[in-house]
Amino acid sequence: MFDLILTQILNGLASASSLFLVASGLSIIFGVTRIVNFAHGSLYMLGAYLAFTLVNLFGPASALGFWGGVVLAAVLVALVGLVMEVTVLRRIYQAPELFQLLATFGIVLMIQDIALASWGAEDKLGPRAPGFKSFVILFGNRFPTYELLLIVIGPAVLALLWFLFQKTRWGTVVRAATQDREMVGALGVNQRLLFTSVFAFGAGLAGLGGALQLPREAVTLHMDLSTISEVFVVVVVGGLGSVAGAYLAAVLIGVLHAFGILIFPKITLVLVFLVMAVVLVIKPYGLMGKRPVGHVRGPAAAEPLLTPADRATKLAGLAVLLLLVAAPLVTPDHLLLTLTELVIFALFAASLHFMMGPGGMASFGHAAYFGLGAYGAALAVKWLGAPMEPALVFAPFLAGIAGLVFGWFCVRLSGVYLAMLTLAFAQIAWATAFQWVDLTGGDNGILGVWPSSWAVPKTVFYYLALAVCAACVLALRFTVFAPLGYALRAARDNPLRAEAIGIDVMRVQWVAFTVAAFAAGIAGGLFAFFKGSVFPTYMAIPRSVDALLMVLLGGVQTVSGPIVGAFAYAGLSEQLMKLTMYWRFVLGLSIVLLVVLFPRGLVGGFLALRERHGAAGSGAAGPRLAVEGVR
Amino acid sequence: MKMDRRSFLATASAGVVAVTAPSLVRAQGSGPIKIGEINSYTAQPAFLKPYRQGWELAQERANAAGGALGRKFETLFRDDAGKPEDAVRHAGDLINAEKVDLLSGGFLSNVGLAIGDFALQNKRLYIASEPLTDALVWAKGNPYTFRLRCSTYMQAAMLVEEAAKLPAKKWAVVAPNYEYGQSAVKWFKELLKKAKPDVEFVAEQFPALGRIDAGATVQALEASKPDAIFNVTFGGDLTNFVRQGNTRGLFEGRAVVSMLTGEPEYLDPLGAEAPVGWIVTGYPYAEIKTPKHVAFREAYKAQYKEEPKLGSIVGYETVQAIVAAVAKAGSTDTDKLTAAFKGLSFTGLFGPIVFRASDHQSTMGAYVGKTALKDGKGTMVDWRYADGANYLPSDDVVKTLRPAG
Repeated sequence: MFDLILTQILNGLASASSLFLVASGLSIIFGVTRIVNFAHGSLYMLGAYLAFTLVNLFGPASALGFWGGVVLAAVLVALVGLVMEVTVLRRIYQAPELFQLLATFGIVLMIQDIALASWGAEDKLGPRAPGFKSFVILFGNRFPTYELLLIVIGPAVLALLWFLFQKTRWGTVVRAATQDREMVGALGVNQRLLFTSVFAFGAGLAGLGGALQLPREAVTLHMDLSTISEVFVVVVVGGLGSVAGAYLAAVLIGVLHAFGILIFPKITLVLVFLVMAVVLVIKPYGLMGKRPVGHVRGPAAAEPLLTPADRATKLAGLAVLLLLVAAPLVTPDHLLLTLTELVIFALFAASLHFMMGPGGMASFGHAAYFGLGAYGAALAVKWLGAPMEPALVFAPFLAGIAGLVFGWFCVRLSGVYLAMLTLAFAQIAWATAFQWVDLTGGDNGILGVWPSSWAVPKTVFYYLALAVCAACVLALRFTVFAPLGYALRAARDNPLRAEAIGIDVMRVQWVAFTVAAFAAGIAGGLFAFFKGSVFPTYMAIPRSVDALLMVLLGGVQTVSGPIVGAFAYAGLSEQLMKLTMYWRFVLGLSIVLLVVLFPRGLVGGFLALRERHGAAGSGAAGPRLAVEGVR
Repeated sequence: MKMDRRSFLATASAGVVAVTAPSLVRAQGSGPIKIGEINSYTAQPAFLKPYRQGWELAQERANAAGGALGRKFETLFRDDAGKPEDAVRHAGDLINAEKVDLLSGGFLSNVGLAIGDFALQNKRLYIASEPLTDALVWAKGNPYTFRLRCSTYMQAAMLVEEAAKLPAKKWAVVAPNYEYGQSAVKWFKELLKKAKPDVEFVAEQFPALGRIDAGATVQALEASKPDAIFNVTFGGDLTNFVRQGNTRGLFEGRAVVSMLTGEPEYLDPLGAEAPVGWIVTGYPYAEIKTPKHVAFREAYKAQYKEEPKLGSIVGYETVQAIVAAVAKAGSTDTDKLTAAFKGLSFTGLFGPIVFRASDHQSTMGAYVGKTALKDGKGTMVDWRYADGANYLPSDDVVKTLRPAG
């Protein structure tokens, strides 16, 4: 027994080193640039693929060939990071918070297809490392020497980073920028160079992490996404920007995992997220993170003021609504299916926007409430034999109650920590749906969730979805300009002043969180009856990411942004999926281009244009802060 | 539908004509027979690239031979990205916009179930090619869904037959943590206990799919000191599991029984580290010398400059089945096609295949044998073809398993 415990500790430490290498790069990048780099897993994957090619090219048998290949792979990935930063990210630092996430997601999609085209579909198994091919006997068990090497490499890299950050000028500047980058800029440090070098350095660490996996793991096309969520967890649990914290978190997760599977073999789905939820509830800034100093909301200009729709906007909104109402008259059946889906997604995106835009609470796990709405409907049908109408009414309550419970914890945090806690709760909900087979059918889902017979015709269901979604979107919009909305925006813009004038900030945010969850649940319920079946994928990470993309693409600082974003993003990806098997590359490229062209989102960009045009035309004196766009 | 929404709205009235006109022509039966094929092409390329190649080869051959009913076959391929909800969207689009005659495809079980349920609701035919879940033809079976590939139950039954011959008493299992892994373990345990009541299961590990922590998992299995191991992991998980297991000596002196590991999709990437002596289900493409298979392999290699994989076979056979069914039905009408699929028989690349009328499962089998190393690559030896018909429950038992009848 004692032998097993010691061996599992070693196993945990070896996994921890692998995690740490990737996580440290992400943490450093975030610390300085505040970019949530979704493409970090892709850089890790590129590192592994490049190392595979290079090591085989140089000859895996010789130490020089192997380690030379590994190091060169890391350097090449650093170059890829450099190119990413210079061509794309540099252009959008001024964009609203999290907007860069959109760009990095576009890059994720592009790299997926590039890797498939370059290295083929088949998994690759790299050679073993020369000198570390075998095992030693430890505690009565055979233990691979390469794992021992990894156990050493983790702390060694940590020490190296410590030296770099404590003893070199560059490192000092990076640390200073992590704490307060406006101050660093004011002191005359070249920010451009700093950001570029930090991004390339972090990318190189990801590449190194991937390359070092070569003797240990198959190189596959799934490495990117299976790594990224876990690495985010490590970074957040450790405390954003804290490298030592990242190592601590990696060890915690690695070791807990090695023991967890001995006791609960099925815990593998959710363990890391459970750890994160517990840590964030106890320590809101991670194990070693500090409350950020200076401007929390990043370098972007102050949030533009949301104003109620002017006459032109109202007319435009009405026109769009009329167009949607009239659509079935001129549209053949099958386009109605697409429209129905878009309308449902518009509500989903609008519900996320409600907490993210006016509420200032970004969520990485909003799909949980969409999915719970869908499950609410499906469970009512399956277990209560309910017809569609009561099931649809019941659906949002399951989501709303979850929002009430999860929200209570989440509003105690802010920024990326809050977002990651929503992700943790979403993953817990997802794992429950996945694993509670008796109740939910597990990943085989719940089938036969079809509408009542009157609502089966496509046109009828479309009108049902349109009516419900339009009403909810308008209600959300109304709330933004109601006292709750004003209080919410006050809490976002300056929590201290808001408290001072008597607004209970947490309470207001909690209510908004619950409202958003409830609205997402309505969308989810409709979606369940639209698709006829419900699966855990409805609340998986990709669906949460979709919602984020819609909101960001449309423009988080406008009220109509999410609706435009939903139509643009979902419409675009649907059409591309039909047109080409390389839709991921094209979609990714489109996202990157849109991001660079419209750094404030589509509606934000439109508003800026209109403003400039209007100002030139009328010669008005003061620029207006913002006006509201199409519906 | 080639237009997007916007251009459609711009030319609304013209659009109605453009869309309805071809379908009128098609209804008269002079156009091609259209198959709407939905699969996780981008999410599971290792299996589905060969699948699509096999499919296209079969379709070219069928069309070169004149198609069926004097019409050619045409396939519309759609990528579901591994999401059931996207698959359902494609199904709706294919049925309503493209007016396909039938649906096919599916790799993941939940995608197959979602399309199957859609087929039931819309009363359209769906030929599931690859999804392995038993629910597809049993618990959630429906009159409009048929499945080609041998199911989780069948593969487990094939392996249990061999496992029962082993002296091993203490078994450990490792399986990916989702329905396929759980079902495979459930059936293996149940059937093995029936065949050999004195076996006991001493450890089980359920790593998350695609994210196995191989070192810790191997250690956990080792700690239980089993006589034999039943493995259900595949793909990258299998590769990592094998490498750690080899280094740590997990497989030494132990029998290993393993699902799907003999399939080239999963055996080839292991290269020289492919395990030796594992009892597996799979497809030893280089060893099968039947004239039909040799001819197929030559044609496939000539066209794509690579060896066929199991995906190629599944794609090829799905087309064969559809072609045979259309010829038998003499029509593309859904009801007639569905009736034709019941009891449909044709000669496949592995042997005769029958779609059973009782549960809509085909009798396509798998090869069962032992893994071995040959010229630094994994292969199968001592293999035999296990005809699926011998590993399916009788019609009476099926009645209790399949509420849909």
